[in-house]
Amino acid sequence: MRLIPKEIESLWTLFTAPTIWALHFLACYITAAVTCAKAGAVPFSFDTMRLALGLITLAALAGIVLSAVLAWRQWGFGSGDPPHDEPTRKDRLLFQGFATLLLSGLSFVAVLFVAMPLVFIGACQP
Amino acid sequence: MPARPCGPYRPSGTTARSTAIHRRALPLLLIPLSGCSGIQSALDPAGDEAAAIYTLFLVMVAGGALIWLAVVGLLLHAARRREAPWSEKTAGRLIAWGGVAFPVAVLLALLAYAVWLMPAIRPWLAHSAPAARPIEVTGEQFWWRIRYPAAEGMPAFETANELRLPVGARAVFALKAQDVIHSFWIPALGGKMDMIPGRTNTLSLLPTRAGVFRAPCAEFCGASHTLMAFSVVVMEPEDYAAWRRAQAGGNPATGSEGERLFAGHGCAGCHGIRGLTETASLGPDLTFFGQRQTVGAGTLANTAENVARFIRNPDKVKPGAKMPAFDMLPDGDIAAMADYLVGLK
Ligand code: HEC
Ligand SMILES: [Cu+2]
Repeated sequence: MRLIPKEIESLWTLFTAPTIWALHFLACYITAAVTCAKAGAVPFSFDTMRLALGLITLAALAGIVLSAVLAWRQWGFGSGDPPHDEPTRKDRLLFQGFATLLLSGLSFVAVLFVAMPLVFIGACQP
Repeated sequence: MPARPCGPYRPSGTTARSTAIHRRALPLLLIPLSGCSGIQSALDPAGDEAAAIYTLFLVMVAGGALIWLAVVGLLLHAARRREAPWSEKTAGRLIAWGGVAFPVAVLLALLAYAVWLMPAIRPWLAHSAPAARPIEVTGEQFWWRIRYPAAEGMPAFETANELRLPVGARAVFALKAQDVIHSFWIPALGGKMDMIPGRTNTLSLLPTRAGVFRAPCAEFCGASHTLMAFSVVVMEPEDYAAWRRAQAGGNPATGSEGERLFAGHGCAGCHGIRGLTETASLGPDLTFFGQRQTVGAGTLANTAENVARFIRNPDKVKPGAKMPAFDMLPDGDIAAMADYLVGLK
């Protein structure tokens, strides 16, 4: 079963993980900023917001893992050795797969770092 | 003696002598560390928040030192001549663990520690404690207006350039700015917080040791930014209560020559002295001015000569100060007013 047609396994899939990272970052910062600026006026508590952002974080991590799995497949499950620098169609595909995998790893760690305050910060600063 | 980069604060502009450090005198390099104690040092905490920051600093320095040693160790190891080079597989594994897994784990741990510490450095939940009525501090070019709220049956009052706090009681500050951005920072008690025109920022500090500390303005605010500081006197609770009671009472008229001149030369148009003049608000309140550590918001030691120097020409002592020069007055008048002000104890 193909999740994404092979033709799309290209530059576009390369950006999936960093895009999820960016969206997750915006979701966390905007939600927290608005919740605190409108403290009292929003119909949910700070802890509800923490929980919601926690779920969003899990979804983001799942998306990144999916992107990593697809990249891993595109890379031939690690069968070839980098740097994949022959001027062939095959090597370009493998190179992109490998780069996507690395970017997914970076994005995974970054999303974890962004989500860290959710664990420790329990209230808005007045 | 080597220069002491964070040595004691000398208000009257003396300089530390520095001497070349002979190689055999290398242990002397440790002496400056003793200079890191003192009245304006985050490395000599006298409050809960400062202690948390100090711990953070030590952890980060120790962590940084360990990583540095490991990197240098690796470098030396890599530079050694060896018979057979590492196999590509072993090298790859070293990169994966040492270059990816290890830094990610260390950064994750340090970040978690710093974020976990944040509520201890900025205890904002304490602001909502019912007892915590904020002391309002306003930064103005180039001095500090300080308003104490009414408390325990004692009325509210205004003072300037010197903050007094009881030891062991949480203090809450409402921080404002009159003209440009300033920043409120008492290194011995905690982290800094900006004062922004049109905004009120809240900060909470818990002093744990009595003493006198210095608090510099921590955001460039104009020509005399470096000469904008205030003193913080942390006192035993009984002394503090007595001080508050006296402050609210003010300095009743004594009929002295200096007092007469102070009113006659128009100083009272800008400066209030409770019990004597109506409260004026253009310049710092001068009630109990003689108790202050400094004149000119941390610029000079508070002596009669320095006060006279300041009155004669504030701009010379403190470029850009918003008090007019009074150098047209006879020296005798200025000296009498300086004596009077220094005597307001
Ligand atoms: C136009 C208003 C104005 C007048 C009039 C004025 N001052 Fe000032 N004065 C100020 C301001 C503003 C400051 C704060 C300067 C600074 O530190 O940047 C100040 C600071 C001072 C200080 C230092 C206060 C401190 O806590 O460090 C003293 C002392 C002082 N003035 C005395 C006098 C005397 C005496 C006169 C009358 C001869 C006088 N002032 C007239 C505005 C005025
Ligand atoms: Cu300032």
